[in-house]
Amino acid sequence: MALNRDFVGRASAPSAPYEVSRVKIKEFATAIGDNNPIYRDREAAQAAGHPDVVAPPTFPIVFSLAGGTILADPELGLNFAMVVHGEQRFEYQRPIHAGDELVSVSTVTDIRSVGRNELITVKSDVTTVDGEPVCTTYNTIVERGGAG
Amino acid sequence: MAATVKYDEVETGQQIPPADYPVRRVNLVMYAGASGDFNPIHWNERFAKTVGLPDVIAHGMFTMAQGGRFVTDWAGDPGAIVDYGVRFSSMVVVPDDEQGAIITVSGVVEEKLEDNRVVVALTARSGDSRVLSKARAVVQLA
Repeated sequence: MALNRDFVGRASAPSAPYEVSRVKIKEFATAIGDNNPIYRDREAAQAAGHPDVVAPPTFPIVFSLAGGTILADPELGLNFAMVVHGEQRFEYQRPIHAGDELVSVSTVTDIRSVGRNELITVKSDVTTVDGEPVCTTYNTIVERGGAG
Repeated sequence: MAATVKYDEVETGQQIPPADYPVRRVNLVMYAGASGDFNPIHWNERFAKTVGLPDVIAHGMFTMAQGGRFVTDWAGDPGAIVDYGVRFSSMVVVPDDEQGAIITVSGVVEEKLEDNRVVVALTARSGDSRVLSKARAVVQLA
């Protein structure tokens, strides 16, 4: 089913604050098979100039999908069973580290058809609870056959 | 932050040696739990086939994470990546056996920017397929 173009420009409410923990960073690093001590050992992280263990570059996917609340809106018409990931980008203003409390605001920036597929792009602006910019994520998902 | 690679010692066109990252079903189960992405196409073969996929496929973000790991291992500090983007151009099919699949990542320094930053272009392959395209990381070097 074609996605509802009226959703372009729609923004989510700010997410509840996400508290980045050492345990979650370690779990994520282990899941991607990365043994880097900067993800596990506070002293190793501090030796590299960080206040605490830092998160792997793709970690923001864990909490930045507040856009999920938009994507799950039945009015959008997205069939999750047919969804695959199309593109992903992270722009970092600074590394994320344990102790950060982060808030995401997600905005639908684009909906388009490519062949028989529907593509939707959600941008998420991630800041600390104090408003310091931390990263911006761009997530494009593909609904296979959605435009067919 | 403290990248260990020095900007002045890096040339445009410099190759970063390839690395192999194995992926088995257990890795996808772990990634589902850690990331919160429980889409059954990443762990349930029966479901994957009912939606037209050849088998269980890896999370795109798992593959992207291997590309990220490749760059952070090269740079020496995860905090050195200032921008990282990919397009998922093909699926990483992960059979239910001991070997699973292998993601092979290689890179090249594509461009030297100002402020000691470089653009690293990544290539990621699994089997005969190129699984990432337009994969680029901007890295802050020493």
